[in-house]
Amino acid sequence: MFTNLLAQHFVHNALAAGAIVAVVSGAIGWFVVTRGASFAVHAISELGFTGAAGALVVGLDPIVGMIGGSLGVGLVLGVLSLRGRERDSAIGAVLAFGLGIGVLFLSLYQGYATEATNLLFGSIVGVSDRQVLELAVVTAIVLTGVVGLYRPLLFSSVDPEGAEARGVPVRMLSVAVFLLLALTTAEAIQVVGVLLVLTLVITPAAAAQRLTVHPTRALLLAVVIALVATEGGILLSLAHPWPTSFFISAISFGVYLVARIYDATGRDSS
Amino acid sequence: MSVVSVKGLTLRFGERLLWENLNFELEHGELLAVLGPNGTGKTSLIRILLGLLEPSSGTVAIEGRPPAETRSQVGYVPQQRIFDRDLALRGRDLVRLGLDGHRFGAGRLSATQRDRLEHTIESVGAGGYVDAPLGRLSGGEQQRLRIAQALVSNPSLLLADEPLLSLDLAYQQIITGLLDSHRRSAGTPVVFVTHDINPVLSIVDRVLYLAPGSWAMGTPDEVLTSEGLSALYGAPVDVLRLRGRVVVVGTPDDQHVHHVGHAH
Repeated sequence: MFTNLLAQHFVHNALAAGAIVAVVSGAIGWFVVTRGASFAVHAISELGFTGAAGALVVGLDPIVGMIGGSLGVGLVLGVLSLRGRERDSAIGAVLAFGLGIGVLFLSLYQGYATEATNLLFGSIVGVSDRQVLELAVVTAIVLTGVVGLYRPLLFSSVDPEGAEARGVPVRMLSVAVFLLLALTTAEAIQVVGVLLVLTLVITPAAAAQRLTVHPTRALLLAVVIALVATEGGILLSLAHPWPTSFFISAISFGVYLVARIYDATGRDSS
Repeated sequence: MSVVSVKGLTLRFGERLLWENLNFELEHGELLAVLGPNGTGKTSLIRILLGLLEPSSGTVAIEGRPPAETRSQVGYVPQQRIFDRDLALRGRDLVRLGLDGHRFGAGRLSATQRDRLEHTIESVGAGGYVDAPLGRLSGGEQQRLRIAQALVSNPSLLLADEPLLSLDLAYQQIITGLLDSHRRSAGTPVVFVTHDINPVLSIVDRVLYLAPGSWAMGTPDEVLTSEGLSALYGAPVDVLRLRGRVVVVGTPDDQHVHHVGHAH
């Protein structure tokens, strides 16, 4: 049964989509965790849901709506460049209202409720060849952005004052990082769903940062952890009829726990 | 030619005048301390020298060019603000950002740049912990690394904004010593913003004292006198010399630890 499934085209597509999304999520995760922007990721993700629901109502491709919603929020958060408590509460307020609109859209939408469930909890088994290609293109764009902006992005994330003094365009980079994040989130939603985006964008990077303080190594390690979680999760869900998203989040969280224990006991006890 | 040339600099925030017609030149190797109570534009002066803030009028030239064009040749040491304990970054990475953090791409260091990085780390005495997690280092160790970050690009001007804040006495001496020896060996002028002159009293060449709406400039002995500061504040201020320390009594923000020395 399991080996039969492995020969199926839709399984190949799922594995390919999972890998593409894992790479981009892990790569951007380092910056998100360092900037303390986990909550922002959640907001971008939920507003992506609102965008998708809105697209369904007017008969558009929900993925287009999702990318639109994510980019919109990402742009606003980047331009505002809020810090600390203000950012926290502002995001909370916007997120709640955005989700409310999403609920309205869903009630207006007369189609199948599965669409909504898929958006919220992910559905990797129905990925078409075309979607795999689209995911690959978006990933290429985000990775180009991350590599191209790597040093100033690192500088402005860890030491904004020093970066500004050296002439690094801190504010522009804040907008750029949120736009890249919005694209990443829109991708991750298609694999794990709106509610579980953090399991790919935050958890692997947070685990990696517990395992090494070398920034480049941590970034690559986050990619590896995200890959193991998605591919492992997809394979497990073939062997056992539980949701893929559950397995992905379970592996991701398991690695995170191990990393925290390692950090607390092993690494440099100074 | 002087490294820094400030002519007719005036700064206003709305109706409020911070200072008017400020003029000074900084020569190679000179150390200027910028003193004064809070809210008199000490940090604003640094931001103007970095080209991050436009003065209301007047001009600033750093090696003959406007500050916005010279940022990559200016080393900046900000107030000591502790890094997040869990920040995934080594001291080495922080220092390196001073070398190539403003360049696009992922990039590798050339052999010359690597030598420069190692040399700078050694010169501030941070070799022992440069590979440890930055967030787990003490405030003084972090500040040493910030000095290294500012020095690593071999800047033509150093700007330090309250670099001693919340450091203990031993580390205050280490940090001022580092800046002092660098400006002597490399000839880099230093602008040193501080609310307390005493840690740097023995090494400053000149003092720029910013008071609300006015300023005075000269050697510490010229500026830090009862007559001088009383005239500056328009109110009686006493300057005392006690055991080689300067104590200022009677300024509007006297309640600060301020000129009264350290609360150790």
